Amino acid sequence: MKLHFDVPGDDFTRAGEASGQVKQKMKQLGFPADVVRKVSIALYEGEINMVIHAGGGEVDVDIDPHCISLLLTDHGPGIEDVSLAMQDGWSTAPDHVRNLGFGAGMGLPNMKKYSDEMEIESTVGVGTTVRMKIFNP
Amino acid sequence: MTVQQIATTLGFEILSGEESLSRSVEGIYCCDLLSFVMGRAPADFAWLTVMGNINAAAVASLADVACVVLVDGVLPDAPMLEKAQQQDIAVLAAPGPAFETGLAIDQLLEA
Ligand SMILES: Nc1ncnc2c1ncn2[C@@H]1O[C@H](COP(=O)(O)OP(=O)(O)OP(=O)(O)O)[C@@H](O)[C@H]1O
Ligand SMILES: [Mg+2]
Repeated sequence: MKLHFDVPGDDFTRAGEASGQVKQKMKQLGFPADVVRKVSIALYEGEINMVIHAGGGEVDVDIDPHCISLLLTDHGPGIEDVSLAMQDGWSTAPDHVRNLGFGAGMGLPNMKKYSDEMEIESTVGVGTTVRMKIFNP
Repeated sequence: MTVQQIATTLGFEILSGEESLSRSVEGIYCCDLLSFVMGRAPADFAWLTVMGNINAAAVASLADVACVVLVDGVLPDAPMLEKAQQQDIAVLAAPGPAFETGLAIDQLLEA
């Protein structure tokens, strides 16, 4: 099953729509709670990053009984040094989003932790693509 | 011990939650940084925080915690409350600070 979502930029009230809907769908389909949790968190972190850092983007989800594939694409500023961005605690989040509880610099590490495979392609001035896979053993 | 039992015993106000009030609480996690919560809070724990916004409701749902306990007298804003009601997320309000509140819950869980 394939699902597509547009993630609006700078709209924190709508961020989480894709992960919320994917969570609900996976529960309906009977996926185990721990797999649903991994997918939901990994996707939410990706959505929020697109909202905060990239002015929005798109999410494509492919739900297969044994593998959930997540593709997040944005045309934001890109990430200059991906390995630095992946480090725990590294963040460029502005103060107004820190006040909402974001900006711990733990989003990308969480995506890495909860996905079984993760790939980031990013070009400064062009955008960022994140691919994640979570297996359902 | 269920969310409802904790609220009743400690006198915390129940702001939302229906079926979720009968969820069992397996432990306590305190933090206000949302990515820490998603990375480290185990499912079925009570999450103690001062973040009363819609993102906290989303995090509670995705991290699958048993309930959110807003501490220090913080109340949820209207979008959080609405999302919590829609998604049946238990939200409690505790008057005291996080440490005290967590300690009181822990004593109940250990008893
Ligand atoms: N889609 C993106 N486009 C541009 N920059 C990004 C994107 N995603 C992440 N970044 C950069 O990588 C940094 C680290 O991201 P990460 O998600 O780990 O932390 P954060 O978003 O700053 O804080 P947290 O996720 O803990 O709320 C960000 O601060 C930002 O500079
Ligand atoms: Mg992030």
